[in-house]
Amino acid sequence: MIPELGHFALILALLVATAQTVVPLWGAHRGNAAWMAVAGPSAVAHLLLVTVSFAALTWAYVVSDFTVVNVVANSHSAKPMLYKITGVWGNHEGSMLLWILILAVFGGAVALFGGNLPPSLKARVIAIQGLIGIGFISFTIFTSNPFERVFPPPLDGQDLNPLLQDPGLAFHPPMLYLGYVGFSVAFAFAIAALLEGKVDAAWARWVRPWTLAAWVFLTGGIALGSWWAYYELGWGGWWFWDPVENVSFMPWLLGTALLHSAIVVEKRDALKVWTILLAILTFSLSLLGTFIVRSGLLTSVHAFASDPERGLYILMMLIFVIGGSLTLFAIRAPTLKPGGLFAPISREGGLVMNNLLLATATATILIGTLYPLILDSLGGGLVTVGPPFFNLTFVPLMLPLVFVMGFGPMMAWKRTDMAGVLGRLKVAAAVALVVGLATLYLQNGGPLLAALALGLAAWLFVAAFTDLAAKTKLFRAPLADSWSRARGLPRSQYGTALAHGGLAIAIAGMVGSTAWKVESISVMQPGETKDVAGYSFTFEGVERLQGPNYLSETASFTVRDGDGAFVAVMTPEKRLYPVANMPTTEAAIHTRWLADLYAVIGDKEERGEGWTVRIYYEPLVPFLWLGSLVMMLGGIVSLSDRRLRVGAPRQAKTRVPAGPAVQPAE
Amino acid sequence: MIRRLLAVGLIAGLVAILPTPPALALMPDEILDDPNLEARARALSRDLRCVVCQNEAIDSSNAEIARQMRLLVRERLVAGDDDGQVMDYLQARYGDYVLMKPPVKPETYLLWYGPAVVLLLGGLGVAFYLLRRPKAAEAAEPLTAAERERLKRLLDKEDA
Amino acid sequence: MRYLLYFLPLVIFCGAGVAFWWALDSGRDPSRLPSALIDRPAPEFALPPIEGVDTPGLASGDLATGEVTLVNVFASWCVPCRAEHPILVRLNKQEGIRLVGINYQDKPEDAARFLEELTNPYSRIGADPQGRVGLDWGLTGVPETFVVDGTGRIRYRHVGPIHSSEVESLILPAVEEARK
Repeated sequence: MIPELGHFALILALLVATAQTVVPLWGAHRGNAAWMAVAGPSAVAHLLLVTVSFAALTWAYVVSDFTVVNVVANSHSAKPMLYKITGVWGNHEGSMLLWILILAVFGGAVALFGGNLPPSLKARVIAIQGLIGIGFISFTIFTSNPFERVFPPPLDGQDLNPLLQDPGLAFHPPMLYLGYVGFSVAFAFAIAALLEGKVDAAWARWVRPWTLAAWVFLTGGIALGSWWAYYELGWGGWWFWDPVENVSFMPWLLGTALLHSAIVVEKRDALKVWTILLAILTFSLSLLGTFIVRSGLLTSVHAFASDPERGLYILMMLIFVIGGSLTLFAIRAPTLKPGGLFAPISREGGLVMNNLLLATATATILIGTLYPLILDSLGGGLVTVGPPFFNLTFVPLMLPLVFVMGFGPMMAWKRTDMAGVLGRLKVAAAVALVVGLATLYLQNGGPLLAALALGLAAWLFVAAFTDLAAKTKLFRAPLADSWSRARGLPRSQYGTALAHGGLAIAIAGMVGSTAWKVESISVMQPGETKDVAGYSFTFEGVERLQGPNYLSETASFTVRDGDGAFVAVMTPEKRLYPVANMPTTEAAIHTRWLADLYAVIGDKEERGEGWTVRIYYEPLVPFLWLGSLVMMLGGIVSLSDRRLRVGAPRQAKTRVPAGPAVQPAE
Repeated sequence: MIRRLLAVGLIAGLVAILPTPPALALMPDEILDDPNLEARARALSRDLRCVVCQNEAIDSSNAEIARQMRLLVRERLVAGDDDGQVMDYLQARYGDYVLMKPPVKPETYLLWYGPAVVLLLGGLGVAFYLLRRPKAAEAAEPLTAAERERLKRLLDKEDA
Repeated sequence: MRYLLYFLPLVIFCGAGVAFWWALDSGRDPSRLPSALIDRPAPEFALPPIEGVDTPGLASGDLATGEVTLVNVFASWCVPCRAEHPILVRLNKQEGIRLVGINYQDKPEDAARFLEELTNPYSRIGADPQGRVGLDWGLTGVPETFVVDGTGRIRYRHVGPIHSSEVESLILPAVEEARK
């Protein structure tokens, strides 16, 4: 009964979404306030119905209702409760339902917190959200119904893929979707602005918090996926330039560009057409990612069941949404009025540089990801575009970007005295030089690029906080004075410094693990000791253990440092999940903060007591996760800035009547 | 019917983001005694694609054919081939597909030069934008007076 | 002119859309791999016979005989090979096509039992226990079957087992083509 309720709620949600799209759009077109007012309540109803539907599926998982095909295929009665719940989105149908839920949450949020939006803009934004909802809900109902029943029900389920029974991967999809779908708000604002025929500073101010929130989630989603690959795949790799990774990275890069160009629109009323295009393209890339992941068009280390029928449906949706919005853009964008002027050497100039490099980087990844497909479709044969291509093209674009990031936030709007800015960055430059040279010296003829990148990371890190120090006159004014200046500084300034500093930390992590990783692959006998990167690893032996729904062979290593002092006991595992009949390896990771110690066991020797053992010394990898967290924190701090708070200030709503002052320019 | 439903369910279960099982990849018995040769072998096997895997280098793949290819790379290196000869050897047998870094040839010009072209055109676009004649912009009046007034009030309130 | 620029994103997207449509519609399998060896001479190799099996071994010289030859790569542990075997027998006995085998990564006694159970249609079989020669043929899995013409050139490659429907549609035309 409850699954049927869920199914029914989903069908109702489709109807409500249709009303949410058609009525407000028509109302906004005709200037009919009553019709426009349908937008808010219908978005909230849409959210409630989708929530009921999602809750129904979750309930089926929690009680292990094996009359539902989706639960049979992805759950098992012995599975831990956490993974019963996360199993809801650990499959195609359930993850679509999560997509829809998150979309509805964003739509509902615009309705509830967008009180001070001009009515026609609000109506159109919510309508566009509804339109996207129609696409995904109908896709789910018609091609991927998660509520399908089976009779007679089997005694037990087939279990969730063991690789998904993991905290990192359990929360990776929701974070990623919150990011992808979050960009739908910026997209809806862009389409609404094209319909209204007007983009101004207020528009940019409404768009930014949504984009920022999406960016924070996407950053978290990508970092979680990367972290998962690092500890689960068993050799310490965290990024593979795989198509599925690339399609999540492209919206991130372009979303980052959007975040920065929207600042220019807000502060200087320039780059308007470009910002609209970025908002459309960022969400388009999110949709493209969904399409590629679910149609099996490209080969990826991540395996998918490809279903041409689903692929075709999503492709048609893609053509409608992206093609339609780009057509609208082509027709309406030329009518937008051009914005303010600025000198090349200015804050705007720096942000344009940022946009140029980020957009080029996105284009590069797009070309590399789709090239095998496009070349094959033109009959040019099969090629592989692997990590060497991306490293050769992407990294050279990022180095100048990091350099510009150092001084960008210090530049003044309109026109900047560059000598003054660089003068303030003497310390950062000196630190960068010292770090670069010291790296070069310490690694003794190692890769030049590593020293350069680490120097740049140091430059960015110090520069990010030099900016704060300069703005608070730290060490130049009395401390109390600095303190009051620090308190008066808008939070978005701290957010910028944190996000930029976080990236610097993450870059250090990327460089360290790529350039100075130490690896030891050998057969070890119980009792044997191996020295890796100044640590000694003693292999104590392997024990057989029984987990809740798996069997485990757990090895144990005693790790000591160079002085013989005890460091840790590390216990890598090999697991077998009997229901899914699938083995997994669980790496043991012991973090020393400046580096991770990483151990994995393989197979036992056919003759003898030895085991294949892989031990890695992963320098600076913890910085990667720390840096990602700091970046997210930067985004959150910025979001908490009063001036940017989601939905913008309440008090303004009460005191400033949304009267005729803000009317569409049409 | 039940069968069909179960089959549907089974397919559904395989979707989502399911990476292949953990790679055990390079085994201790494959490693060469000569550290220089071994280092070259590792570098080469990171640039060679496992032909049956999904986008994985032979260095990190645990497919049997990847192991064969790793052994072949080492065999050729021990026989005195230089890196280019090893790559050519495999490319002759498996085609461009086996190279993680596609060769530069007419079919891949767009791939290799595309990013530079995008950067160049983008840079030109930016240059044109920045060097616009001021006239065009001065004519622009993005906000009506009333709107500006309202925006100013909003901004003042929040900045206060 | 400037207005055309606004259509650029749409034009690029349309190009990508067409490629996507084609990829979905053509049923393109992104993991299928064309052989780099088509229309090139078969690789140089010399394999000994399977221990305990009477059939002689196989070397590259045995392929340039003026006659079209099917080179079938098989193994006793490979289940699809068993399914395909009767079709190979038919191609050899009824169609009169010369058939030779490469026994890939197999134990001699298992291979002998396999041939005994299912009959042995091969006029020559090279044993490749290490799978080294398989790499020279650009092998990606077993079974695979190559059509080699009378001059010793590879003309066609079939990945996976030959289904009975594919005999008429793929294999015989390829043999006919190689005879020209």
